[in-house]
Amino acid sequence: MAAPRKEGTPRGADAAARGGHLGAWFKDHLRVAVTSLGRLYRNAGTSLMTAAVIGISLSLPAAMQVLIGNVQTLSGSWQGAARISLYLKTSVSDGDARALADKLRGMAGVADVQYISADQALAEFKQLSGFGDAMAVLDKNPLPAVLVIHPVDGSPEGAADLEHSLASLPGVDQVRLDLQWLKRLAAILDIVKRVTQILTGLLGLAVVLVVGNTIRLEIGGRRTEIEVSKLLGATDGFIRRPFLYHGAWYGLTGGLMACILVALAVALVESPVSHLAGLYGSTFALQGLGFGGALGLLGGGVLLGWAGSWLAVARHLRAIEPT
Amino acid sequence: MISFSEVGKRYEGGNEALAGVSFEVQRGEMVFLTGPSGAGKSTLLKLVALVERASRGQVVVNGQNLAGIRRRHLPYYRRQIGMVFQDHRLLNDRTVFDNVALPLVIAGAETPEIGKRVRASLDLVNLLHKERALPVTLSTGEQQRVGIARAVVYRPPILIADEPTGNLDPELSLEVMQLFKRLNQVGTTLLIASHDRALVERFAARVLHLKAGRLAEAEEAHGRPA
Repeated sequence: MAAPRKEGTPRGADAAARGGHLGAWFKDHLRVAVTSLGRLYRNAGTSLMTAAVIGISLSLPAAMQVLIGNVQTLSGSWQGAARISLYLKTSVSDGDARALADKLRGMAGVADVQYISADQALAEFKQLSGFGDAMAVLDKNPLPAVLVIHPVDGSPEGAADLEHSLASLPGVDQVRLDLQWLKRLAAILDIVKRVTQILTGLLGLAVVLVVGNTIRLEIGGRRTEIEVSKLLGATDGFIRRPFLYHGAWYGLTGGLMACILVALAVALVESPVSHLAGLYGSTFALQGLGFGGALGLLGGGVLLGWAGSWLAVARHLRAIEPT
Repeated sequence: MISFSEVGKRYEGGNEALAGVSFEVQRGEMVFLTGPSGAGKSTLLKLVALVERASRGQVVVNGQNLAGIRRRHLPYYRRQIGMVFQDHRLLNDRTVFDNVALPLVIAGAETPEIGKRVRASLDLVNLLHKERALPVTLSTGEQQRVGIARAVVYRPPILIADEPTGNLDPELSLEVMQLFKRLNQVGTTLLIASHDRALVERFAARVLHLKAGRLAEAEEAHGRPA
């Protein structure tokens, strides 16, 4: 502590020290938090506008996050459906193919094997493709027999491993792991995620600036109070505190508003989604923000609001000195 | 308690507000600072409050050389000094009670302690019944008394006042000065700037007369004690 404290300590100082430093500190924070909330409430109109801007800014990335979460859940349930098609050489006889199928059923990592003979494949092709008449021109069945393998591990990685060990089997012409579309979906999802990150960054910055500007105006409006407080011996921390809480409250109300907006959007989309899922015979249900997501949104709002007011306070508070 | 030695203050732009000012105010003394407007009274008080810093010379207050007090320690220094302003500088969005409580809140005093001290302070200026009022609803004299209550609520050893009666009629001015006298009698050191020589001379207190930034004479006022 500097010299000022030692000699001629004001008679009032003992009162401050008596409560214990930490207790007084907490009490002061509580007091400031409540006071600044009251201030916000008294200017409810303007406060709500600011909170709405923050809420809308935060709701967009939050909604994107919810979308990504849902698509991931959905594609996760599809990944179990990975299949490996084993195209056999045309030289392999029907009997050898069945024997290979039996052998593969006993292999580790294989859940089930389905045998489609060349004749079956042709019949199926004729029926499904509509090229039945064209096929009749051919004198020989051009299609190979196929073994469809259902792997135990349906993830892209697990299926790919199995694919490698199957490729070297005798009589196998070609192996096709039909994961391409899942990989593409994952790639698209990656792009969406990246876009969401950029959007989150930009809109987060927007929130910081909105709060910063609001607090800057607030500081200007309370200039006299700041000057008088400085003359009465207020530390920078004391003067800063109400503005920081102000920003934090803005962030919290904005976060709350974003939660409500996202919940509203989910509720609106829910029924058409479940209708679509019904058409696919799926029981998929749209997931909302969830408790963790809501908490993250509120916490993020508080953090951004706090950061915004720090920005304003750091830039403008020092400039105000009593004259 | 307050000691100036060869103090000069030159503002940016070359305006020399004070030059070669030396004087001393003893502990428990009440001293008036007079002189026409522009003589440097406000500047001198600003140096004591560390709103401004001296360009030359040395200011020592309550044993502390003010040149050695850094920005970080400024708030703690200022808590030793009660300040009364001509325009009282009350916060109009707060009640009289909250205005007077501000120095205690700033210092982190306990709530019951705050209530007790604020009421004692308001009692001193006879405004206990106005504690829930907003400053704008009070008369100028009452507002100034609230300003004084705020200045003394933290019981500072030193009180400085810049034209505290500047906006008051003679009767209210006398009342305010008598209040200062009472504070002085309980041990507070006071330095009061005023251009109202007639008023000042009614009190048995030393007078420092400033003229164009220089101390003209240090004299004893021989007025009748009011």
